[in-house]
Amino acid sequence: MRKGLHPLVMIVLVAAVMLFGRALPTWTLSLATIAASNALIALGIVVLARTGNVSFGQGLFFAAGGYGVALIANAWGLTDAVAQVIVGAACGGLLGLVIGPLIARYSGIFFGMLTLALSMVFYGALVKSTALGGSDGFNVGRPSLFGMSFTDPREADFMLYAVSVIVTGFAGIATTILFRSEFGLASLAVRENNLRVEYLGLSANRIISINFLIAAIFAGASGAFALMAQRHIDPQFAYWTTSGEFVFVAVLAGNQSVAAVFVASMALELVRSFSNLYLPNTWQLVLGVFLLGVILFLPRGIGSLWIRDRRMRRITATAPLAAERGAAP
Amino acid sequence: MNFFLTIILDGLIQASWLFIVALGLTLVFGVLKILNIAHGSFYALGAYIAATAVTMVAARGLPPSVGFVAMLLSVALIAAAVGLLLERGLLKMFYGRDEVVLLLVTYAVFLILEDVTKLIWGVNPIYATQPYELFGNLEFAGLYYVGYDLVLIPISAVVGFAIWFGLNRTVIGKIVLAVIHNEEMSVSMGVRVNRVYAIAFAFGVLLAALAGALTAPKISMQPGLSSDVIILSFAIVVIGGLGSVEGAAVGAILVGLARAASVHLMPQAELFMIYLIMAAVLMFRPEGLFKRETARRI
Repeated sequence: MRKGLHPLVMIVLVAAVMLFGRALPTWTLSLATIAASNALIALGIVVLARTGNVSFGQGLFFAAGGYGVALIANAWGLTDAVAQVIVGAACGGLLGLVIGPLIARYSGIFFGMLTLALSMVFYGALVKSTALGGSDGFNVGRPSLFGMSFTDPREADFMLYAVSVIVTGFAGIATTILFRSEFGLASLAVRENNLRVEYLGLSANRIISINFLIAAIFAGASGAFALMAQRHIDPQFAYWTTSGEFVFVAVLAGNQSVAAVFVASMALELVRSFSNLYLPNTWQLVLGVFLLGVILFLPRGIGSLWIRDRRMRRITATAPLAAERGAAP
Repeated sequence: MNFFLTIILDGLIQASWLFIVALGLTLVFGVLKILNIAHGSFYALGAYIAATAVTMVAARGLPPSVGFVAMLLSVALIAAAVGLLLERGLLKMFYGRDEVVLLLVTYAVFLILEDVTKLIWGVNPIYATQPYELFGNLEFAGLYYVGYDLVLIPISAVVGFAIWFGLNRTVIGKIVLAVIHNEEMSVSMGVRVNRVYAIAFAFGVLLAALAGALTAPKISMQPGLSSDVIILSFAIVVIGGLGSVEGAAVGAILVGLARAASVHLMPQAELFMIYLIMAAVLMFRPEGLFKRETARRI
């Protein structure tokens, strides 16, 4: 087992990143908030991807979290940022609890397509529901924190940044612990061969369901952040290209390291805002070329740039085997 | 009674072009084992190219029938070229990687083509309505239809039959089936699998672009076209079973009827209905309606 950073060191790191926000200019602050929020949902995809399943429908839980928070905020006046994150995570988690066991028996492309289908069903329902504003969506008020309301936009941005960095940071720490645990290793085994895992007396379906639930909770919380940052919600949250972007971050990061997810998410947001600035009509083109480049030159994600230990070399040694499996019918 | 006939005819018209798109998608998946997200972009590309061809022909004062032929020919040529170029130049580099990785490669191609079409044709809607009046209006059991719409049904039947015949009754088709069935064995029998890949992919692009060209006179071309079409054709091939021609036909008819029925009965449930069907099929037959389960390695 690789000796990694101690969790306490990670907590200090998260706190440092949070305080660093004080020094950042305002435009980077909101950029970093979105990046942290996207990192959270991409982290969920990475967690799930360790079982060999890629979800192309995380937008479902993203939108469920967002809409859940927005409706409760407007109905009961719940504006507290932390409470909203918890509500979002609960909405995503509840949905994940229902859907996870149902689709855990699918794998590969069918898993991806089914998640995509479910998110598009939700999208279709949202677009047509006039009570929820249809395709225009609706607005929500500014979030507060522990009874304090922020009128200065800079303070409000920093509050959101701090909350999102702390929540995403803690999710990252929890995920690291999870990856190193027995359960995390069993998840990797499911990706390699789910039948053999069953022979060992573990339930592959249960492992996938639990990982799916974690991904759904992260996605719901991320939806809450996106809502607080935009103060507006519309069905685009559940559209498949939204989910595609999250998968993009996850691929960019690879499943080697949790920190890579944050770096990848920040990199994507920077690429996006720079191409918005300099190449306003071609940012998707830039994104596509960027994605191809990463898949071609960094097949295991940007995490592989700094993680090279014995375990990695052994995986490289078995790469031809994986290639054969990919080519088999 | 007339009401049901309207739904069925509308559904079949929808199904006819959806079938051609889905056929391309299912062919590419069968041979290359790639679920091609960029397939919708090829459809959009075909529609845009057809619009340009039609407008150029109309500008020279030639009759719409020439425009119709010109749009089909130009689409066929350009699509084959784009298909070969993409397969040989790009996809080749990723063979042997995970299915999901290939899915992402095609997602990247989708993103790139999305902006390329915007760069070439702009973001404003484009129309190419001249061929739409080509076949006049027809009366069918008391209902009036635009002839062009009804002509789409036999065209798609011919295309479907041609593909089925090509695959099952010609030597090249048999070779393609052999590659679909067992690639390693085909290689050892002396089949040039790379060439089959290139041809199959080019055909897939061609079919998508052809469907785009055929629908071009009916619709307005604007950004977002490709992502709507890919979502529909995914549903069709998943319902029918990935890699199955018959499945694509049945899936297209189901989706076409579902669309037409929801447009007439419950307009708010259109997308919802299609995905509900797809989810239901996947729940009971995870491999789709027309695909036999295969043994897997342990």
